[in-house]
Amino acid sequence: MIPSSFDYVAANSIPEAVALLQQHSDEAKILAGGQSLIPLLRFRLAAPSLLIDILRISELEYIREADGALHLGALTREAELETSSLIRNRYPILRDTSKGVADPVVRNWGTVGGNLAHADPANDHPATMLALGARVVAEGAGGQRVIPIDAFFTDSPFETTLQPNEILTEIRIPTPAERSGGAYFKLERKVGDYAIAGVAASLTLDPNGLVTYAGIGLTNVGPAPIKARDAEQALLGKPLDDAHIHQAADLAATASQPGSDRRGSAEYRRAMVRTLCVRALRKALARATGGE
Amino acid sequence: MSKHHIRVTINGTLYEDDVDARMLLVHWIRDSLHLTGTHIGCDTTSCGACTILVDGKATKSCTMFAVRADGRQIQTVEGLEQQGKLHPIQDGFHQEHGLHCGYCTPGMMMTAVALLRRNPNPTEQEIREGISGNLCRCTGYVNIVKAIQYAAEKMRASEQVPVGSGEGGE
Repeated sequence: MIPSSFDYVAANSIPEAVALLQQHSDEAKILAGGQSLIPLLRFRLAAPSLLIDILRISELEYIREADGALHLGALTREAELETSSLIRNRYPILRDTSKGVADPVVRNWGTVGGNLAHADPANDHPATMLALGARVVAEGAGGQRVIPIDAFFTDSPFETTLQPNEILTEIRIPTPAERSGGAYFKLERKVGDYAIAGVAASLTLDPNGLVTYAGIGLTNVGPAPIKARDAEQALLGKPLDDAHIHQAADLAATASQPGSDRRGSAEYRRAMVRTLCVRALRKALARATGGE
Repeated sequence: MSKHHIRVTINGTLYEDDVDARMLLVHWIRDSLHLTGTHIGCDTTSCGACTILVDGKATKSCTMFAVRADGRQIQTVEGLEQQGKLHPIQDGFHQEHGLHCGYCTPGMMMTAVALLRRNPNPTEQEIREGISGNLCRCTGYVNIVKAIQYAAEKMRASEQVPVGSGEGGE
């Protein structure tokens, strides 16, 4: 399958890419790793007249902690998140998530920024970033702005609150407080498939084991990535015993809006949200309390 | 539609061409350069038959535009054999019967070469995860795993440097 024709420019810097977007905003698409966009172009589900390739802007590939946050360059590859020792030791939920994205060959090119900016409700990082309370940095002609992740997605698939002339350049995740842990669970029919359902959970406990932060995000069970706010609220100030875990999982299942498709009936997928939420909370608890 | 002049090194040989922006790398390699060892299977980024190494990274060449390969180093299955001698991974697929129809084999071997370069002594689980982006409809994977184990052992024993190492890496 061959995409319809387009013009192509490789930008060498963010200002250059922003200027190109400014000139061609309606017609242009940003090309990062290309592992979602190129298939869409081949299927002719998208037909931009200009592709602005940003992948050679190597300054946008980094994983570092500074000023109380983990900073991920938008072009950080999934394979880097998977193998980074900082991620493995401090942010295992991100490693869970990256390992669930597509397959290992795709992960050599797929980027974390692209996974978010593409805003496919079936993508895995949106749920995790919602659970972690991430912020994303957007650069445009008017400079830089920081967008909380729950204001980045809309209620529609493949849509974000980025302006037409803005580019997502960085993701910021708060460094974990003591007694914090998170986990991402994805149920898929086979490697490389989209999730039947996916649940990300992130927790912080106080010294008495009561929850002081809870973040829960859901993958591919609605038209957009879902933040399960009622489930999060129900955990605050509570111990993570079985009763509270199950109560939160029930609320997460209620928050999901799955349709029925070849990956399963709506009822089944909602039931899987419940099951995966229990598992994700238990794993997050184990990690918050020093286990694996 | 824009056209672009590209210079790409494939298996040690420099190729130059003018390509349309929308030319997929796998089409350029097969149809323009006639390096037909790289296969097209699904055309949907699922099967991995078109896997090649780009700057040392296993890459689905149906999911990359040729223009993006400009200035990069590529290895395809044709570059595995050196001076009439099979690469250990090729030898492994031969010895362990790692193929039936052979369609997935070039991509499978390129993914395996990248895997062994990164991890010279993988467990069976690591091999199975490593090749999970490459589909085989014949073998059930058992002999493919054995072929990769064979190659790993042989490469460790001879400390042979895999093809292309040093030309970028991961």
